[in-house]
Amino acid sequence: MYRQTEIISDLSKTPPSEGLEGADMIINIGPQHPATHGVLHLVITLNGETIKKVEPHLGYIHRSIEKMCESLSYRQFIYATSRMDYLSSHINNHGCALCVEKGLQIEIPARAQVIRVLMDELTRIASHTLWWGAMAMDVGALTPFFLAFREREMINDIMEETCGARLTMNYMVPGGVMFDLHPNFQKKVKEFITHFKNKIDEYDELVTDNVIFRNRTENVGVISKEDAISYGMSGPSARASGVQCDIRKLYPYEIYNQLQFEEIIETGCDSFARYLVRMKEMRQSLSIVEQLIDNIPDGEFQAKTKAVLKLPKGEFYSRVETARGEFGVYIVSEGGTTPYRIKFRSPGFSNLSSLDHIARGSKIGDLVAIMGTLDFVIPDIDR
Amino acid sequence: MIPPSGDGGASFPGDVHPTPSGGILVSKLDDVINWARSNSLWPLVFGTSCCAIEMMSTASAKYDWSRFGFEVARATPRQADVIIIAGTIVNKMAPVLKRLYDQMADPKYVIAMGACATSGGPFFYNTYSVVKGTDHVIPVDVYIAGCPPRPEALLHAMISLQEKIKKGLTREQIKMQKPEQSF
Repeated sequence: MYRQTEIISDLSKTPPSEGLEGADMIINIGPQHPATHGVLHLVITLNGETIKKVEPHLGYIHRSIEKMCESLSYRQFIYATSRMDYLSSHINNHGCALCVEKGLQIEIPARAQVIRVLMDELTRIASHTLWWGAMAMDVGALTPFFLAFREREMINDIMEETCGARLTMNYMVPGGVMFDLHPNFQKKVKEFITHFKNKIDEYDELVTDNVIFRNRTENVGVISKEDAISYGMSGPSARASGVQCDIRKLYPYEIYNQLQFEEIIETGCDSFARYLVRMKEMRQSLSIVEQLIDNIPDGEFQAKTKAVLKLPKGEFYSRVETARGEFGVYIVSEGGTTPYRIKFRSPGFSNLSSLDHIARGSKIGDLVAIMGTLDFVIPDIDR
Repeated sequence: MIPPSGDGGASFPGDVHPTPSGGILVSKLDDVINWARSNSLWPLVFGTSCCAIEMMSTASAKYDWSRFGFEVARATPRQADVIIIAGTIVNKMAPVLKRLYDQMADPKYVIAMGACATSGGPFFYNTYSVVKGTDHVIPVDVYIAGCPPRPEALLHAMISLQEKIKKGLTREQIKMQKPEQSF
């Protein structure tokens, strides 16, 4: 039924990595390890406690989603993308819907655009709160995990009411959104806004100003702006190195160009800067939700589309900003009902490629803090 | 104190024979052991994909699986009793899962969480890399439907597993009773 992987069973027989000296040691982290946030396998070359090399091995959750999408119709393939970056499943669906709409050249009703942006930003907050809890847990604090889930459950409830699912929503469809908003939506979101505004200050008090946490993250895992660009990093991890890469600002989609929000850029380049970017992004997302929640226009929530979608022959690309960075969808169409090829540019994959560069020279204990702030979702990397 | 019987299987096994000074409990040792085991199941921290987030939700304050004796989630299989397969298992992960299962100490139990772990789920068709049901790799005691299942569904599955253990119906317990039978 399954193949024996040589990496697991016979690491000793594989040729040693280049530059392996007498005092060096190779250790494996993962595939089953709580700090990898999934099933990432890291082969680490150590000299004492200093990391000489980090070699990520991928594929432990490679579900061949791209190949699968080739046999699914343009309505169906969006469902598979919810399972990729499941923490920002709305935004994944959004990117795919945008790409199909680009091919079909459909105009999206104003109401649907606002709903989409609202959902995206709520998802971003939910994703960042989870990251905050998990990251604090990685560096040794368990309480933030429970606090983060308290806020996340509120968003999950909002999502469940409108979309019918807590995690993999599949709410965005080509032409708009699948259902109209639930009557309780505005009330619940307003409750969440007032609740979360106090709680995010609590987050800052609890973790941001904590001496132990600062010592674990400040000047740890430094990556310069040039390196961040050359590794193709995106999202909060790159913005912490001073790279301007927010797709919502650079290539605005939907109504992002009409909204008041800042692109958070930090110049600390270290783990703490990456932490700060995400904390500030939560406030920005909250302000976007605040701007929109009372201004949802009336009208249709879905444009009229044909039952069977056919994209014209050609290549289409669209990009969105997920909670982790730039997510790109590339569709090659031959004019049929299914795509000829789909390629997803996932933010996690490029961010992971920088891990070796960032971790070299730091201590093994810091690797967890570095990985925590890079915020990996492994199915997003493996796809 | 012996809790009163008739509360849905959560009580201590056995019959109380009343005597003037209180009562005498008559029970089977196996039942007592199973009762003890079922109420302190330590899950392994094992999540491959989306279901892991719902598993974390179940561990968090709102759903709080520690009410049922699951709170001590262990990162190493050698200290865990139950493995919750939260997420898709692909061909490359299958030997790792097998190894994790082998490393767990007896008695050990398996919950397949979600459609992927049960049957391959949304990745059943058109993929080349997904194991279509983790029961191809390791024996499974309880299956949960859903993609991903709600935390309540996971809690229900865990309570079902506890009841199975109390009745001695998990695969591991049956195997120990009949050593010639292989799974």
